Amino acid sequence: MKPAPFDYVAPRTIEEALRVLAEAGGGATVIAGGQTLMPLLNLRMSQPFILVDINGIEGFSGVTRIDGGTRIGPATRQADALQDTILARHLPAFVKALSHVGHHQTRNRGTVGGSIALGEPAAEMPATAVALGATIEIASVRGTRRVPAREFYVGPYMTVLEPDELVTGIVYPDWPESHHVLFREVAQRPGDFALVGMVGAAVVESGTVGRAGLAWFGMGPTPVAMVQLEAALVGKSLDDLDPDALAATAIADTAPFDDHHASAEYRRTVGRRTFARTLREALSLREPA
Amino acid sequence: MSDHSISMTINGRRQTGTVEARTSLGDFLRMDAGYTGVHLGCEHGVCGACTVVVDGRAVRSCLVLAVQADGSEVTTVEGLADPEGTLHPVQQAMRDSHGLQCGFCTPGVVMTFAALTAEDCKPTEDELIAAMSGHICRCTGYQGIRKAAKILVEGGAA
Repeated sequence: MKPAPFDYVAPRTIEEALRVLAEAGGGATVIAGGQTLMPLLNLRMSQPFILVDINGIEGFSGVTRIDGGTRIGPATRQADALQDTILARHLPAFVKALSHVGHHQTRNRGTVGGSIALGEPAAEMPATAVALGATIEIASVRGTRRVPAREFYVGPYMTVLEPDELVTGIVYPDWPESHHVLFREVAQRPGDFALVGMVGAAVVESGTVGRAGLAWFGMGPTPVAMVQLEAALVGKSLDDLDPDALAATAIADTAPFDDHHASAEYRRTVGRRTFARTLREALSLREPA
Repeated sequence: MSDHSISMTINGRRQTGTVEARTSLGDFLRMDAGYTGVHLGCEHGVCGACTVVVDGRAVRSCLVLAVQADGSEVTTVEGLADPEGTLHPVQQAMRDSHGLQCGFCTPGVVMTFAALTAEDCKPTEDELIAAMSGHICRCTGYQGIRKAAKILVEGGAA
């Protein structure tokens, strides 16, 4: 239960970090809060040659308002984000989801960017980025690029990040202040990974759904955007919404798995019911007769 | 593998050492600094026994590298009681409410509560209970620990 040996560097600038990542030729791993990575190192499921600690990089933590959205620095501690007034005002769905990430003690150390960059399929932060339409800012010595969260995840703990690339920020677009937050998570104990979870936002204007962004976590190898559901929801009058029928559409894009915690069938069943209940509550829809 | 010279304040005393990059803060506190009140259980962040306070915040010492804590101020359970032996309020509350039995998880629980009740922090009982989700206790059934949390919030004796 001790990590294999590795080198450690703590660069002070992005340029220095990117240079180390480039020179390591794939042998480097980035550490931010370490709350997911350290267990993987201790269990020797991850054995990098060199660990690049990004906590000391200037400007890598904090939340800022930008034109049309909110930008979160990758090394922003989850505990700090939970207390952040900008996020509380502009991204309530993010804050709600964040309160379910790990435990008090791991949120004191864990970072928003670390969770998003690692891509645990049952984690809240990747799914929230997918649901709300966030963009991941990425840099390497070769240049910078911006990838929509919906195109960022390719498998469990697998993303489009190349070995020499570093997440340098996450940008969440604005949602109108009146938007509704949809969130529910089913876990065996508080702080455990979700068996089934959903997160998202919906905008209702004069009784009609104007915009919706939703995603599942724990329901496939990556966070799963509810693409078909969003298309079915937008433009509909609240009076015409049938949460039970929409729940079937909502799980259409999922690919849940069997493991020793729950079967895929359990996840689908709980997912459908979770969705219908959350939609009813969030949009104050009437109960079925 | 790289070696690193580090220096941190532990329970008010300066501690220096040379560590391998892979050495956890928990191992450094136990093996190099001799604070064996830091209990390493699962070593992957689940059990909470190794919780210590780093720069005012309760964190898992098995999930922080010693080199990452270079320059930090660390408090372990040994740093709570005053030198004459008067217990810290959290320790006293745990004792009064039978919040421990075998004592393995206890230093972690105590450090979480100590960080949350430090100085002008005024946590609610629910906040303390919620933070307990980061600790596993196999003896008490948690009721004594809940009682300790209640004492800490309400202040004074049980």
